[in-house]
Amino acid sequence: MIWNEEYETMPREALESIQLKRLQQVVTRVYQNVEPYRKKMDEAGIKPEDIRELRDIEKLPFTVKDDLRDNYPFGMFAVGLEKVVRVHASSGTTGKPTVVGYTKKDIETWAELMARTLAAAGVNSGDVVHNAYGYGLFTGGLGFHYGAERLGATVIPISGGNTKRQIMIMRDFGSTVLTCTPSYALNIAEVLYDSGIDPKDLNLKVGIFGAEPWSPKMREEIEKKLGIDAVDIYGLSEIIGPGVSVECVEKKEGLHVFEDHFIPEIIDPETGEVLPYGEKGELVFTTLTKEAFPVIRYRTRDITRLIAEPCICGRTFYRMEKVSGRSDDMLIIRGVNVFPSQIEHVLMSVEGVEPHYQIIVDRQGALDMMEVQVEVSEEIFSDEIKVLEGLAKRIEQDLKETLAVSCKVKLVEPRTIQRSEGKAKRVIDKRKI
Amino acid sequence: MKVEQISIFLENKYGRLAEVTRILSEAGINIRALSLADTADFGILRLILDRTEEAKQLLKEKGFTVGKTEVIAVEVPDRPGGLAGILNALEGEGINVEYMYAFVQRSGENAIIIFRFDELEKAISALQKAGVRILRGEEVYAL
Repeated sequence: MIWNEEYETMPREALESIQLKRLQQVVTRVYQNVEPYRKKMDEAGIKPEDIRELRDIEKLPFTVKDDLRDNYPFGMFAVGLEKVVRVHASSGTTGKPTVVGYTKKDIETWAELMARTLAAAGVNSGDVVHNAYGYGLFTGGLGFHYGAERLGATVIPISGGNTKRQIMIMRDFGSTVLTCTPSYALNIAEVLYDSGIDPKDLNLKVGIFGAEPWSPKMREEIEKKLGIDAVDIYGLSEIIGPGVSVECVEKKEGLHVFEDHFIPEIIDPETGEVLPYGEKGELVFTTLTKEAFPVIRYRTRDITRLIAEPCICGRTFYRMEKVSGRSDDMLIIRGVNVFPSQIEHVLMSVEGVEPHYQIIVDRQGALDMMEVQVEVSEEIFSDEIKVLEGLAKRIEQDLKETLAVSCKVKLVEPRTIQRSEGKAKRVIDKRKI
Repeated sequence: MKVEQISIFLENKYGRLAEVTRILSEAGINIRALSLADTADFGILRLILDRTEEAKQLLKEKGFTVGKTEVIAVEVPDRPGGLAGILNALEGEGINVEYMYAFVQRSGENAIIIFRFDELEKAISALQKAGVRILRGEEVYAL
């Protein structure tokens, strides 16, 4: 089902003329209201009136995550806090999170986009949406919540965790739609089997899964184990949260980008050049309608390509292929973004800890497990077990506070972590996604 | 009064303990007493050797993390209640034992127990007050 026929099936020409008008408006707004954007544009010698056609977007400087860090917390907001009604945050590259803001109208826009998203997955007002995305600073929970309400569906704001209780509620309340990370969906499926519950006893028909990369094979497994359609959703808090693009349940191949609100570009991550249509590269987004936190050419670091071929569902929006990787070292652990630099930051704050560490990520059952190996230097070594165990626990605690996801700290002998020439290989990802 | 003990960090993996003993053996260093404390991930090997400083340098050169601690070696009558008497004396003074390990001498009627305390001096005087014989470092190294 298509929630907003007018926009979602608009002929490309009309859509592009709306995009140009909105692009000119947003560039003017950030130039006037957001100091860091004005500075960058002045340095590049670009004025808002230089944007005469859509292609002129290529003249604008990129925005990167470090820009958000440098202007932490509210320095990139385009309106005063009196107009901001909500903030969300995601992991930054160091200790500080990346903060984003929403005006009342932004919340409305987001709800509209999430209503479109849910509708694309086949959800309607008669459905019961079991929303197991985390509620809080993370955009997943509240993003889906508002969208499902806008659509008129019944929302169960269950958030994450306590899987047995989730299943009980799913069964008793007759949940028809499951929204969570794909790895959590698999976890639910496993617990379901362990409890001897047949998925056919549940009313589930579709799941909308995102916030972490997942493979076609994982989709197959989820669909088989839960007896549902599994569709992929894409979003990031810097752009709006979930609701940037979504697969339609009809095709389940490529995610339709809501282009009346976001312009996608694919660039070469090395040179920053815009790549010819259809090539694989780094995804860059410009928001067209956001008021509190507009972003211009934000480098997502996600690797994908754009698909222009018309889709059987009738939407005219371009699709982006399922994200296949990252152009930086960001990890996604149980749906939470983790940068090795954050871990380094925490380790360096512990006296005596050497800057040699390694991160090992694996998947046990359906759950991501992260182990941080730390070399035991003479400064932190003790002849007492309790001192060393206490140290490992303390680092685990500090990491959990910073990363918002738990991990295990393993103490290892010095010089056992592989030293590399040049860029250290910090991460060993054993997950087969 | 005090005995020097070295401690070595060992990952719980194949061959690490053997590596330490091989290094010591090649240097002709003799192990007087030994204890291994372990967790799921790692172990701490504690050794009293006849040539402490040399062993420490050697192991460090080979890439081990090595620490040096002062412990106390106490002579304990090798009969029921021998250890109980000593622990009673320590308890009476409110002294906490961090860890301890024992080894029985080949010939004598006494066992020797190595104690690790946080409050070393206080422990020494408590033991002396109770009439417990504390071995000198040289005595232990030469055992």
